[in-house]
Amino acid sequence: MKRSFLSIVRKELIHIFRDKQSLFMVLTMPLLMLLLYGYAITLDMKAIDIIIADHSAGPESRELIRHIEATDFFKVSVYRGGVAHIGELFQNREAQCILEIPRDYGESIRTGIPVQLQLSIDASDPNAANFIQNYVSRVATLSFAGYKGLFTVEPRVFYNPDMRSAPFFIPGLIALILLLICALLTSIAIVREKESGTMEQLLVSPVKPVQIILGKVLPYTFLGFFDGLMILIVGSLLFDVPIQGSVLLIMAMMLIYVVTGLSLGMLVSTVAKTQAVAMLAAITMTVLPSMLMSGFIFPISSMPEIFQLVSRIIPATYFIEIIRGIVLKGNDLHNLYKPASILLGLDAVLIALSIRAFKIRLE
Amino acid sequence: MSVEVQGLTKNFGDFAAVDHVSFSVEKGEIFGFLGANGAGKTTTIRMLCGLLEPSEGTGTVAGFDINRQYSKIKHRIGYMSQKFSLYNDLTAWENIEFYGGIYGLKDKEIQERSRELFAIIGLEELKNKLTSSIPMGWKQRLALCASLLHDPEIIFLDEPTSGVDPLSRRNFWKLIYQLSDMGKTVFVTTHYMDEAEYCHRLSIMKQGRIIEMDNPRSLKEKYQVKTMQDVFLASVRGEAK
Amino acid sequence: MSHSDRETVLEARDFVKNYGEVKAVRGVSFSVQKGEIFGLIGPDGGGKTSLMRSLVSLLKIDGGELYFKGQAVSGNPDYVRRNIGYMPQRFSLYQDMSVAENLRFFADLFNVDRDLAETRIEELYGFSGLKPFASRKAGALSGGMKQKLALSCMLVHSPDVVVLDEPTFGVDPVSRSEFWQILGKLKEEGTSILVSTAYMDEADLCDRVGLMFNGRILIVDEPSALPERYPGKLYSVRTDEPHLVHDALEESGLCGECNLFGEGVHLTLADGTAESRIGDLLRENNLAFESFEAIESGIEDLFLRLMKGDGDER
Repeated sequence: MKRSFLSIVRKELIHIFRDKQSLFMVLTMPLLMLLLYGYAITLDMKAIDIIIADHSAGPESRELIRHIEATDFFKVSVYRGGVAHIGELFQNREAQCILEIPRDYGESIRTGIPVQLQLSIDASDPNAANFIQNYVSRVATLSFAGYKGLFTVEPRVFYNPDMRSAPFFIPGLIALILLLICALLTSIAIVREKESGTMEQLLVSPVKPVQIILGKVLPYTFLGFFDGLMILIVGSLLFDVPIQGSVLLIMAMMLIYVVTGLSLGMLVSTVAKTQAVAMLAAITMTVLPSMLMSGFIFPISSMPEIFQLVSRIIPATYFIEIIRGIVLKGNDLHNLYKPASILLGLDAVLIALSIRAFKIRLE
Repeated sequence: MSVEVQGLTKNFGDFAAVDHVSFSVEKGEIFGFLGANGAGKTTTIRMLCGLLEPSEGTGTVAGFDINRQYSKIKHRIGYMSQKFSLYNDLTAWENIEFYGGIYGLKDKEIQERSRELFAIIGLEELKNKLTSSIPMGWKQRLALCASLLHDPEIIFLDEPTSGVDPLSRRNFWKLIYQLSDMGKTVFVTTHYMDEAEYCHRLSIMKQGRIIEMDNPRSLKEKYQVKTMQDVFLASVRGEAK
Repeated sequence: MSHSDRETVLEARDFVKNYGEVKAVRGVSFSVQKGEIFGLIGPDGGGKTSLMRSLVSLLKIDGGELYFKGQAVSGNPDYVRRNIGYMPQRFSLYQDMSVAENLRFFADLFNVDRDLAETRIEELYGFSGLKPFASRKAGALSGGMKQKLALSCMLVHSPDVVVLDEPTFGVDPVSRSEFWQILGKLKEEGTSILVSTAYMDEADLCDRVGLMFNGRILIVDEPSALPERYPGKLYSVRTDEPHLVHDALEESGLCGECNLFGEGVHLTLADGTAESRIGDLLRENNLAFESFEAIESGIEDLFLRLMKGDGDER
C-alpha cells in the first residue's frame, strides 16, 4: 500500500504549488512576522533621559559625566545647581533618573575616600529601572577605574557579552513563528476535504488513516522546513545574531520541530468540523501558550508552579531551549539530547493521536 | 446475488433515517432508488459502502458481511457521491492518477484502465484540463471514470445526473447500460423520473422504509398510470390501487 | 394571447456577460410581462444564473442592457434592489435561526414596519404552510421546506417582481409540485415571476418559457406552442429494452434524431427513410417493441434538437 501513500503525497504537492495565493502567504507571512515582532520586541534601551546635578563641578566630576555621555544609553542634561523637585521632574517625564554628584566628590576621589552618589530612578517601569541602575553602576565603576583604593566588582558576561536582546529574542521568535505556520498549514488539510466532499470518496477507498495523515504531513514538512530555514537566515543576518553552534544541528532540530507543529495542526484538522474553527484553534493553541509560557519572554523558573508544569507540554519550550542553546552557547547534540528526544516523542504522540482521531466513517 | 440486506436500519438519535429495509440485487442489475429528500436513499447507500455503520440489520455486499468485512468490500465497490468528489485544482488526468493510486494501482495499470475508460467515455481531449474548467456533464463522466478504475463489481451512484443537460444525461445513462452489460451491478438514486424508467428494478422510499419495489412496468400497471412520475406521486401520497 | 399590450417588468436587450475568456451569456434578448411566470429552462452552466444575477444588479454588464420596469439596471442598482425579490441559487438561510427569526430578520433588512411585517408573515405562513414550524431551526427543515422558507423570506417586503434562481434544485417531486402551487398563488396576487430550472417538466407550469443553453436563449414561447416549433415529425418506439432498441436504431442510420426517453426511444426519420423501415429493422434484429407511432414533441425533445444545432456540447 506504499502506492496509496505516494498518491496522497503527490496530490498534496499539486495542491500546494497550484494555489499560488496560499503559497505566497505561506512564504511571506513568516517573514513579515519576523520583521514586525523582531523590531517591536526588544528590551535594549537607548536614550534614557538622565539629569545630572553636579554639585562638585570639578575635573573629576566632569570626567564622570563624559563617561556617561559617551554611551548611547543615556541622553544627558547637566544641572549646575541642585535639583529641587525630583517628583515633579518624574511626573512631567523630563527625566527617568537623576544622578546627584556631591560637593566633596573631587576631593574624595583624590584622597581615596569612598564616595556616595545619589541616584533617583523613576521605577514605574521596574524593568527599565533595573537596567538603569545596572548601567549607571557599570559606567561609574569604569570611570573610577583609574583611581586606587576603591573596591570594584568586575563582572564577566558570558555568551552575549554586549547583553543585546536580539540574540535572545530572535531564536525564540523563530520558534514561535514556525510553530504557528506549521500548525496553520495542516489545520485545514483534512477539514477542507470534509467540506468539499472529497473525503467521502477517500473513505470508500481502501486507503488507511495512517496513509492519509502521513501523506499529508510529509509534503508540508518540506514547506515548513523551507520557511524555518528562511526565517533563520533572515533573522540571523538582519538582526545580527551570530550562530555560535552548528547550523546543521539547528536544521536537524528544526525538522523535528516542524513535524511537531504539523502534527499538532493535523490533530486539530481531524477533530474540527469547519475550516474556520480549525484555523482559529491552530492559532490559539500555538501562539498564546508559546508566547507566554515557553520562556520566550518570561523565564520559566519565575512562573507559578502550575504554569511551569504547563510549559513542559508546550513544544516551543523545548525548541527554544534547543535553538538558544545552539545559537547563543554553541551547544552540541550532547547538551541537547533531552529536549530533542522530548520533541521527537511529542511528534510520535501527536501523529498517533491524529490517526486515532481520524474518523473512518461519516458520523 | 450481488447485494443482500435484511432489516437494515440506521438511527440518528431518536430518528430512524432507514427503518428495517430488506432487499436483494442481482449481478448486472440496474437498481434505482427513488424518494423524497430525507427518505433514506443516501443513508442506505452510505451504509452499503461502509461510510456509515448500520445500527441494526445484516447483509452482504459482493459476498462480504457489511458489519464485519468492511475493508474487503471497499476493493469491490465504486462510489460516486452526490457532492462532486473530484479535486477542482487537479487536472482530469491528475484526478485519475490520484484515485488509481489510492486503490494501489500501478502507473501502468492506471494507464491501461484509463485508456479503456476514456475511450468509452470520450474524455481524451480533456485530459490536461483543470477539473474546475470542465463542463458539468463531462465532470460527471470523469467522476464515474475515477470510481471505475479499480474495476469494481458494484457501483453506487448517488444522484449522478443532477443539474446535467439532457444530452449529457443520456450519454451518462448509455454508460450505465454498458456497465450493466459488462455484468456490473449498478445502484442509482435520481430525482429525474424518466431516468427511473431506465432502471431494471426500482424501490421507492418514504420515511426510511421501502414502500414499493418492482420493475417500472409492473409499478405503472399497479397504479394504472402512464409514467413513473405519477407512480412516484401516487405511492408517496399513499394512493395505492 | 398577445403580450405586447401588457406592461414589461423585466427586459434584456442583447445582454452579454463574460468571465475573462469564458463567455457565460452571449447576447440574450427577452422580456417578462407583468403578472406572468416566465421560466428560464436549461441545464447548469447554460448562463441562467449569470443572467439572473445581472438582472438584480449583482454583476457588471459586459454588453447590451437590462431593464427593470423601464429603468436601466446598470444605472439604478439601489432602485432595483429595493423593489425586486431575489432568491439566489442554493440559498440556505441562517441555519441556526428559527423560521420566525429568519422571516423577521429579512423584514428588518428591508425596513418593513413591525406591524406590517407581522401581518405579512402570517400571510406567508398561509401560503407556505410553515406556521407549525415557526419555532424550528431552519437547519432542521427538510429540503422542500427550506426552499419554501427561502421564498417566504424574499417575499416579506412584498415585491411585485421576483427572480428565483433554481428554487426547486435537488428537491423531490412532491415538494416541487407544492412549491409550484405557491408560485401559482403568487401569480394570482399579481406578482411577476422569473424562475429558472433545470427540470424540463416544470416548463408546463410557466406562462412562457425561454430555453437557455450555452449562453443563448434558443427559443421563447408559451409551453403549449412548443410542439409546433419542433422541426420535422417525431416518432416514439415503446419498448422494454430501450437502450438496445436505441443502439440498433442509431447504428442503422435510418434516423435523424434518436434519443432515449424513459419508456422507449424518440426519433425522427432520416431523409428518404420510410416509416415502415423502423418496424422492419427492429423485427430483423429480434427486438421486441410495443408500439411505433408519431407523437407530439415534448420540451426535452425540442431541447435536444436545439442543442445539437448549437454546436459544441457543453
